[in-house]
Amino acid sequence: MEEIKMKKIISLILLPFFALMFSTNVKAESLTLGWAAWDPANALVELSKEFTAETGIEMNFEFVDWTSYADRMLNELNNKGKTFDLLVGDSQWIGGGAVNGHYLKLNDFFDREGISMNDFSDATVYAYSTWPKGSENYYALPLMGDALAWAYRKDWFDRPELKSEFKSKHGYDLGVPKTWGELHDMCSFFQGREIDGVVRYGAALNTERGSEGITMGVTAAMYAWGMEYEDPNKPYHSDGFFNAPNVVEAVEFYKKMYEDCSPPGHSNAYMGENLDAYSSGQVAFQMNWYAFWPGVAKGDKDGRVTGFFANPCQEICAATLGGQGISVVNYSDKKELAQQYIKWFARPDVQQKWWDLGGYSCHKDVLGSPDFVNSAVYAQGFLDSMGIVKDFWQEPSFVELLIPMQENMHDYIVNGKGSAKGALDNIIEEWEEVFESEGKL
Amino acid sequence: MKKLVIKSKGLSDKAIGWLFIAPTIILLLLINVYPLIYAIRMSFTNFYANKLTQVVKNVGLKNYYKILGKEAIWEKMQITAHFMFWTLSLQIIIGLSLALLLNKKFKGNELLTTTIVLPMMLSPAVVGVFWGYLYNPQVGLFTYIVNFFYDFGSFDMLGSGTLAPWAIVIVDTWMWTPFTMLICLAGLRSIPGYLYEAAEVDRASKWQQFVYITLPSVLPFLLLALLFRGIENFKMFDMVMELTGGGPGSMTELTSMNLKREAFEKWKTGYSSAYAVILFVTIFGFGNVYVKVMNKIKDR
Repeated sequence: MEEIKMKKIISLILLPFFALMFSTNVKAESLTLGWAAWDPANALVELSKEFTAETGIEMNFEFVDWTSYADRMLNELNNKGKTFDLLVGDSQWIGGGAVNGHYLKLNDFFDREGISMNDFSDATVYAYSTWPKGSENYYALPLMGDALAWAYRKDWFDRPELKSEFKSKHGYDLGVPKTWGELHDMCSFFQGREIDGVVRYGAALNTERGSEGITMGVTAAMYAWGMEYEDPNKPYHSDGFFNAPNVVEAVEFYKKMYEDCSPPGHSNAYMGENLDAYSSGQVAFQMNWYAFWPGVAKGDKDGRVTGFFANPCQEICAATLGGQGISVVNYSDKKELAQQYIKWFARPDVQQKWWDLGGYSCHKDVLGSPDFVNSAVYAQGFLDSMGIVKDFWQEPSFVELLIPMQENMHDYIVNGKGSAKGALDNIIEEWEEVFESEGKL
Repeated sequence: MKKLVIKSKGLSDKAIGWLFIAPTIILLLLINVYPLIYAIRMSFTNFYANKLTQVVKNVGLKNYYKILGKEAIWEKMQITAHFMFWTLSLQIIIGLSLALLLNKKFKGNELLTTTIVLPMMLSPAVVGVFWGYLYNPQVGLFTYIVNFFYDFGSFDMLGSGTLAPWAIVIVDTWMWTPFTMLICLAGLRSIPGYLYEAAEVDRASKWQQFVYITLPSVLPFLLLALLFRGIENFKMFDMVMELTGGGPGSMTELTSMNLKREAFEKWKTGYSSAYAVILFVTIFGFGNVYVKVMNKIKDR
């Protein structure tokens, strides 16, 4: 009797272990997708539940904080890691992804499955998918369209006393700035101003040094001043272009914006810090990516508090490109499954859901839909911006090109060391060294 | 019979000794000596760890010339030297002062010692993060305390090129002074009481007792603390990385941080190996000279 009882107890103890072993053996197929940790990534998790429901393929996600995103992902690729089957890589990685064999070339797969790149916005295909640039070699499907834009405190702008004071001071209406000059007038107008008994500041600008922050900020001004990275006739020759007088002026202007409009302590700020400064009511303007606007607009249903606008023009109209494409990692053992996900994601109905959930679709059916412009307060700005975007170098060695840009811009703009021309010359010198080592110069 | 004895003896004492230390030696060779030799070999090449398909060329001493001739590298060396000089000086002075204070017997001595020692038990990364908040010009406690004594207005310790190098010195001093204090305290407690009694009999003043008894007795301990802290601060990375990330500009970018950027962000493996070798030789050279000086002082 005792023996039977003991057997029962042992069976009960062992049962869960056997169950676990059995469940492991019949575990569904799964994919792991890597991206940065931010709002759109959460939207993608939601969206991907439908993929799992349709195919039975489990989706796992690994999201990395923006400041470590490039380090983590690029190290993974350089080490030929198998952690990720799908990677949502930054636009600048496409060159390295293609040349170093990290990303699977998708042309054959697209042809086989009838996925046409013509269905996606031209600017995003160019920016997120192709290498060499403008060729028809595709290494990613545009996943998240994005550009640097601005949010402003519409409720402050609508105050009659502030409006009249601004007009009497500057001779034009306080409203959405059309140029960087106007932006400076407005942000300096709010700097140190007391509103509702609290001291406010002008603008939360990108000044972060460690990853890409200050570059993504200052280039918003540089592009508007008509900056070119290189001589269009002599690739990789930047002298005379990247350090041209208009570019020097743009960098000096950004420094002036930082000095005249930033809240105290905003010397190493990027996406999160700008959002915090804005949402806590410290600043009248924030520069940030469109990706964050759904979150900003969420708490402002009637659109009274916040307004959005595309990067202001100066000599030309241009905006800093953000956003990412989704690629199949060449070292994955599940490339077929990963392609299945991309095939599903490219479907127009999925793309529409992606936009509805807060992701920025690049599909022409979504962007061209008559309802699109009215679907969100920032939708028109997004469309305008995506037509004028410019990106940093997308060369395989882009990190080596980015580091001197970060260091020299931060040194001049935040630290006040040297001159804008000197900083640009230093950057060119370091870029030339990189291109020479690669035999491109 | 003799044969039997030898047989039963088995391995000699020397052989057994070698057998015991062999695993350690093998491990050391594998994880210390081999990477060092490999790095030295790499330092003469143009190897990039992220471009494995690229042909690796021997470039001779080019990497060394490049590093030693680069103004930016010397700037980083200067920044590191500034950081080391001030942190070590302050830690020695404050550490010794605190040790002298805690060497006296008073109520709450033990509690005070434990409290003072707390900062060095924290993780440097955590210290970096919370001092970032303390330095915040709008809500930081540090700004508030400074302005309480004299109204400087809003100042940004981490955003100003003039203040940021001092910001990291303050944090490192706050964190590691307890370490020098503990070592000094150990030194002070090892001084026999009869020396002071004899000095009292000879009517030596307190100052004379400090100069002729306390300081010479505690000096070897101080030098040891200086050696440990010197080596640590030459390699300083985590706390400063969290606090300033090397900024503003490159005003607080220490050599170790710069080396990390070259090696694991730009992936210039050959170049950064040469850089690492130069740093290794520097610290090794200084360390050796220092130990010799320290031994001479001890022998006196």
